[in-house]
Amino acid sequence: MSLPVEAAEDDAGTATRSWPGAGPPVEAVARDAAELVAFGLRPRLVPARDARYRELVRRYLHESGFAALTHAVADGLGIVVLDVSDRAGLVAGGTAESAFTVRISDYARRAGGEHRAADRMLHALAQLAIAALAFPRPADLTDDSYVGRVSVDGVDAFVREAARLLETRAGGSAVPGPGDPTPEDEPRLEAAWRLYSRRPATGTTRDARRLSGSTTGIIARAMGFLVESGCLVQVGEEGGGTFRTTPRYQVQVRELAADAAMEELLALGVVTVAAPDGGLRVVPSVPDLLDAGAPASSADPAATPAEGRVDV
Amino acid sequence: MCPPIPTEPSDAPPYPDGAVRVLGAAEPTGGRDGSAVARGMALGAADDGMARRLKALALTAPLHDLDARKRLLDGADFAVYAMAELALHAIDLVTVAMDFDRGASHDQVLRRLTPLAGAQAPRRPAAEHERAARWVLDNLINVGSVDRGFDTVYGTYHPDGRYERRRFDFKLLVELADPAGEIYLRATDEAVTVLVGALDTDVTSAQVAAEVTLDNLIRRGRLSDARTAAEAARYRTVQYAEQLRRSLEGTRRDVLSVDWLHTLPALVDEALGHVEARYRHENAILTHIRRYRDSAEDPAHKRAAADLVTIVADCVRRHTQLQARLQEAFAVFRAEQDRQQFAAPAAGGGTGVDLYTQLLAPTLARPLGEASQVAAAFFPGAAGVRPPRAPRLADLVDALLRPPAERDTLGAPVPEAELVAWEEPPRFGDDAWTLALELLDEIDPEAPRRLSGLLAEARALAGSAAVALEAGQLLTLLTLHAMSPRLAAVADRAGQPQRLGAKPRHGGDGAAGQPDAADGAEAVAGERPLLAVDDGTPLDDPEFAGADLLVGRVTVTDRPDPTEAETAGAAAAETDVAGSRAAETESAGTRATDAGTETGIGAGESGRAAPTATETGLVGAR
Repeated sequence: MSLPVEAAEDDAGTATRSWPGAGPPVEAVARDAAELVAFGLRPRLVPARDARYRELVRRYLHESGFAALTHAVADGLGIVVLDVSDRAGLVAGGTAESAFTVRISDYARRAGGEHRAADRMLHALAQLAIAALAFPRPADLTDDSYVGRVSVDGVDAFVREAARLLETRAGGSAVPGPGDPTPEDEPRLEAAWRLYSRRPATGTTRDARRLSGSTTGIIARAMGFLVESGCLVQVGEEGGGTFRTTPRYQVQVRELAADAAMEELLALGVVTVAAPDGGLRVVPSVPDLLDAGAPASSADPAATPAEGRVDV
Repeated sequence: MCPPIPTEPSDAPPYPDGAVRVLGAAEPTGGRDGSAVARGMALGAADDGMARRLKALALTAPLHDLDARKRLLDGADFAVYAMAELALHAIDLVTVAMDFDRGASHDQVLRRLTPLAGAQAPRRPAAEHERAARWVLDNLINVGSVDRGFDTVYGTYHPDGRYERRRFDFKLLVELADPAGEIYLRATDEAVTVLVGALDTDVTSAQVAAEVTLDNLIRRGRLSDARTAAEAARYRTVQYAEQLRRSLEGTRRDVLSVDWLHTLPALVDEALGHVEARYRHENAILTHIRRYRDSAEDPAHKRAAADLVTIVADCVRRHTQLQARLQEAFAVFRAEQDRQQFAAPAAGGGTGVDLYTQLLAPTLARPLGEASQVAAAFFPGAAGVRPPRAPRLADLVDALLRPPAERDTLGAPVPEAELVAWEEPPRFGDDAWTLALELLDEIDPEAPRRLSGLLAEARALAGSAAVALEAGQLLTLLTLHAMSPRLAAVADRAGQPQRLGAKPRHGGDGAAGQPDAADGAEAVAGERPLLAVDDGTPLDDPEFAGADLLVGRVTVTDRPDPTEAETAGAAAAETDVAGSRAAETESAGTRATDAGTETGIGAGESGRAAPTATETGLVGAR
């Protein structure tokens, strides 16, 4: 790449265009800004792989006018520019009405029949669980250099452990407590964790594929979707598939998803105060719980829910 | 390299005084001596070598002594003469004159030594020259002493640190009497070994020095010591590196988890000290051992040195790595401290969201309906944006109109395979076969032919180059096969394996005494197997190399009894007209008879079987 030459040309161009006293033609700048937004809509592309993308990102970071124009273009498309960086490129989030937003109803469309609502819930829950295990501590979300590692089996074990803690809190599933009616009466009032723990973790179909309705099947699909979205990168097959997070995923969870979910919870009247170091304890060795799924690397924090942190 | 110097002369009779005696030994018997030697051996290789070297050094003392004493003589000025040189010449003269039982006489030695002395001081009178020569000779014999020998005292250390002095008696030239009573001189083994043999060394040769040093290091176990030390240091380095790596990793995660005030600086200091010491030491080893390795001649020594160089080089590399990381350690600490302790509050204010405590756990605890809302709100943000799919109308129509793929539970029918018997194409074409067989058939039973002649004729007769090539190869192959001991297989086709014997028939002489021509034709109609014999003539051919085989026709006759067969073979050998070497023909004949006794083991094999490996050694494609 011949950056200096390009920069020189740029300077010269700016100089000639600034002669009449006007800035560069606004059409050209708008076109570049739209191109940057278009790059942002290709989530698996990173600036390191594309010289033009790199150039545009650098321009965004150095020219405030260009940045503002980029925001305007994105806004018109119903896109929120969450972050622009050399590592992740332009990270975009869709507004509620945007054509670019993927909704859970689109994602879980194929789940049908009587379990439709339940499946949709599980699919969405899987996404939440993956994020929670990928960034176990609050600081992990804010640390730009943090790379999380998650595996399918690890996420499943993680949610099941959380469900077990909630079950202990509820005093055992055999005795229905107050506000815990039987599913037959009112399926929508059943606690979410019961639904999850009732689902089989795994199962095989007749053609030896992963059972799509099992929890690991659901998590694997979620991870596959996140890979397509440029949020995860598969690094291995162990633990049902092991993945690492990308900077884009971190930004999306931090800037958009977590806030949106928090707002929903607030609307439901649930406020949880978290300790600064988070509710998960990172243990250096791999605990039995995550035996199957946790990667061997010590750099990967294996997280386990701490007792007494779960608050309703 | 030091040649081994015998501690005690083994051929005791002529020189009974050469033994090592322990000073103060009350009992001068051989048993006592033996135990002393055994004790000396127990001291270890290093001390042994030391004792040997001390003795070797002592042997040169009389020579130096000559030069030291030459000025002190009364009535003569011998200072101009190089006495040690003369002495060496004298010993050389004696050594050269020595045969198995005699030596040189005094006069003989003096006669030759005097001119040498004269050449050193030409202006001095001849009488003085002779006097100097005689003085040297007398001193080498040590005429003045009672036992006409020399002695020196040296010491050895015991394992317990005790020092023991020993006396070493030796002689350089001894006077012996022959049966006629004449006195003659012999150089002792010590004199020959050290003064003639061991001193004959190129002292300026670096290679010799390297050899000796390396040999010493290896023999005394120093090389393996160095190796062990280097390896131990390498393990220590790896340990340090691992400790450091763990600490730095901990630091990167949380700078407070590692004690950077006391523990780690101490570790880094210690490791740096270790690296410094080892680096200096091992570089010194490396420099020296490399030199030894490069100049050593003995492959075993060279290998030992090369091994050490490899190991030590690896050690040095690891030390260097560790040192580089040690130097970076504090930079890592400072950077991590900056990042972790003085970092600006996280983007968006405050710390990040605790995804588990604040989102996942409450969501899981909520009823299904509410949890759905929360999770659905999380989803779009986490999944990011994605351009909606907009299929082209043409594709869409195609997709809609495409008939659904029918799935058969049994899958597609397996087509019935039509199997055709596959025959391997013949290696050689018909033309080549015809040509080769014709040539071989045309061989007169009375006149064997050379393979070279057959090849030339085949090439001349062949219609095309391809046929010529194939015919040549085929001829060679058939000829080689004709050398095979499995000749019986050919004969077997007559179906009378027990009755058949094969006998070579060479030329008219062989045939004259044998009534077998008609006999063979009668026994097996038209069966006159080929027989090829190697008579040692090399084959000169552009395509093949090996022996120019003699190819002939053999007539099959009734099998004689074994003794007859042997005589027949021998007879064949004797009557070999073509001048074949008898042994080879005999072996060929014996082979043929042996083959005849085989009861059809190779009966099924055809004449086209490939030649075996031993045969290809005789004639092979170039």
